[in-house]
Amino acid sequence: MRPKALAIGCAALATAVVLSGCGSGTTSGGKTKLTIGLFGNFGYAELLKEYASTHPDVEITDRTASYSDHHKNLAAHLATNNGAADIEAVDTGYINQFKATPDKFVDFNTKGGDQLEDRWLPWKWEASLSKDGKQIGYGTDIGGLAICYRRDLLQKAGLPADRDQVAALWPTWQDFIAAGKRFQTNAPEGVKWFDGGPTVLNAIVGQASVGYYDKSDKITVGDNKEIKAGWDLVVDGVQAGLSAKLLYSTPVWNTGFKQGQFATVTCPAWQMAKIKDQAPDAAGKWDVTSVPGGGGNWGGSYLTVPKQGKNVDKAVELAAWLTAPEQQARVFTTSGLLPSTPKLYDDPAIVGYKNPFFNDAPVGKLFTDAAKKLQPQYQGPKAGDIQTAIGNAMQRVEQGKQNGEESWRQFVADVQK
Amino acid sequence: MPVIDKTARRHRWDTRFAPYGYVAPYFLLFGVFGLFPLLYTIWVSLQHRNLLDEGGASVVWFDNYARLLVDPYFWNAMGNTMSLWLLTTVPQILFALGIAALLNRKVRTRTLFRMGVILPNITSVAAVTIIFAQLFGRDFGLINWVLELFGAGHVDWQAGTATSHVAIAVMVVWRWTGYHALIFLASMQAISPSLYEAATLDGASGRQQFWRITVPLLRPQIIFSTIIATTGNMRLLAEPLLFNPGAAAATGGSDRQFQTAALYLYEQGFTNYDFGYSSAIAVVLAIATVIVAGLGYLVTKRIQTE
Repeated sequence: MRPKALAIGCAALATAVVLSGCGSGTTSGGKTKLTIGLFGNFGYAELLKEYASTHPDVEITDRTASYSDHHKNLAAHLATNNGAADIEAVDTGYINQFKATPDKFVDFNTKGGDQLEDRWLPWKWEASLSKDGKQIGYGTDIGGLAICYRRDLLQKAGLPADRDQVAALWPTWQDFIAAGKRFQTNAPEGVKWFDGGPTVLNAIVGQASVGYYDKSDKITVGDNKEIKAGWDLVVDGVQAGLSAKLLYSTPVWNTGFKQGQFATVTCPAWQMAKIKDQAPDAAGKWDVTSVPGGGGNWGGSYLTVPKQGKNVDKAVELAAWLTAPEQQARVFTTSGLLPSTPKLYDDPAIVGYKNPFFNDAPVGKLFTDAAKKLQPQYQGPKAGDIQTAIGNAMQRVEQGKQNGEESWRQFVADVQK
Repeated sequence: MPVIDKTARRHRWDTRFAPYGYVAPYFLLFGVFGLFPLLYTIWVSLQHRNLLDEGGASVVWFDNYARLLVDPYFWNAMGNTMSLWLLTTVPQILFALGIAALLNRKVRTRTLFRMGVILPNITSVAAVTIIFAQLFGRDFGLINWVLELFGAGHVDWQAGTATSHVAIAVMVVWRWTGYHALIFLASMQAISPSLYEAATLDGASGRQQFWRITVPLLRPQIIFSTIIATTGNMRLLAEPLLFNPGAAAATGGSDRQFQTAALYLYEQGFTNYDFGYSSAIAVVLAIATVIVAGLGYLVTKRIQTE
């Protein structure tokens, strides 16, 4: 899951930092009030209603904010030991930062979580495990990669629209950029090949064997040849005019979907929910196909239970229910979030699922294949912040403020500071 | 007569101590919400402290300040803060004077206008900023559309240092000008009409009357407004933050081109969780605000009648 950066949630931010004791955990009329703090679209609306109807003693309030506000607010609430929701979602980019202070969270292993371990992919389970073996989060989705593309726009530029033929255009990222150059020569006016350099780059980084950190939590991106090669390639694409220069998860990016400003976008599974939310009128125009390079992960989340809550047991129960395979399967078919529970990857109902919004693309097959191919990459403590910094760096190139080399050097110096 | 004696004594205590009782609530509130946070911030600024790990904090005395002095991003943020202070405060005061002078005339439905100018001030800053960020949009913004009508071309407002500062300054000026205009208007109405009559007899034009009578007599209000505006504009946070929504909001642009000191403080505290360093920025920013407000006072104090 990633930002749905409708910044309206920002209004809460200033106040949230100061006070906001948002009254979690008070009981009224014998009902336990649970709050769940989310960001973007987790696809939980129906599930929460159902849970409340089968558990009449529980009342659930959903507090959804934008990606960055959500995580900053959570940090503030943990720091002041006040104001956090009973269940708080945490993205992959932030889980390492939060698991560094495991005592702020309920250790699921003491609440029966150790019995549930086999539900999840081993790397998903380990990623939220603290150094001293406390489990602070149950995995929700993973961000297996694909490419979403606009059939109509590709056709107008004289490229094939059929998903197998499209996939054949780009076995590698080099091919993806080359196909973009072909597209751009005949592209409809105002349409670019991809949404923005940072989005493409995140997918390339997600496929690298080593990410921003080595396994001893040292930031090694300055010497990472794989990532630097990806950087150079995306810079080349930007300089060839393939980028709509829209930063992902911003209001202008959302507008870009509505206005059809770009023909392709990197599609971790959660992106499908976003596209549908942003451009409901584009049903049938979008399609999904496999990603250049194959495999890779971007994003995916966890549900945590902050210790400060007053109903931690009920919250743990709900978190375990929401992340159980049955519920993850439903979230996949309603919202497209890829389950983190491998048992579902061979479930016919999942594998055979086709998404009508995306021109009946066989997303079940596509994403379960992606999930099986996925080589987990170690995420260091501040992977999320480094991802932001490299996005800024790519934007400097897009805005013409710096050339690729200057911007890369500044990025490396910034994150190694 | 012991009873009378007692009432008399009580009366004496009453007149002597009651005034303190009456003002006590303010000082109590100030102590809890003003003084204590201030002192605590200073204390935290002397520590190496992770936001989430108060137990692991250690006192490092002036280390944070030493780091701050050689941190180019801090100085960049201070530079942006000063630039935005200038671009917001000066136009605010000048426009407010102009609007107040207009509203002081006998125009129809002037109560409506007078109330209208305060409207921007009571709207939510988040809503204002989100709407202005759209107006200043690169591809579909209204302002670029108008500029294009006149053949002035496309401006990527967020990308440039000057353009982003102008955009943010417009939001702030729009929001606060009316507030200051009302303060000026109230004082203008207290100026005796005989002064203007005398000036008219002496042949002074309207413009001369404005600069030589109205403005000098508004000096106390101009000083007040300058100081209030300075303290507000030195700690701009919501505008630069929401001008650039998304995961990178706290950096104030791809190259920190509009990151204010308050925003840098926010980034250090809530992105890097470096609570000690963040507090040190807060303390230095507070000191800088006092200095700049003092400069503003010295400048506006020089306004005088000839």
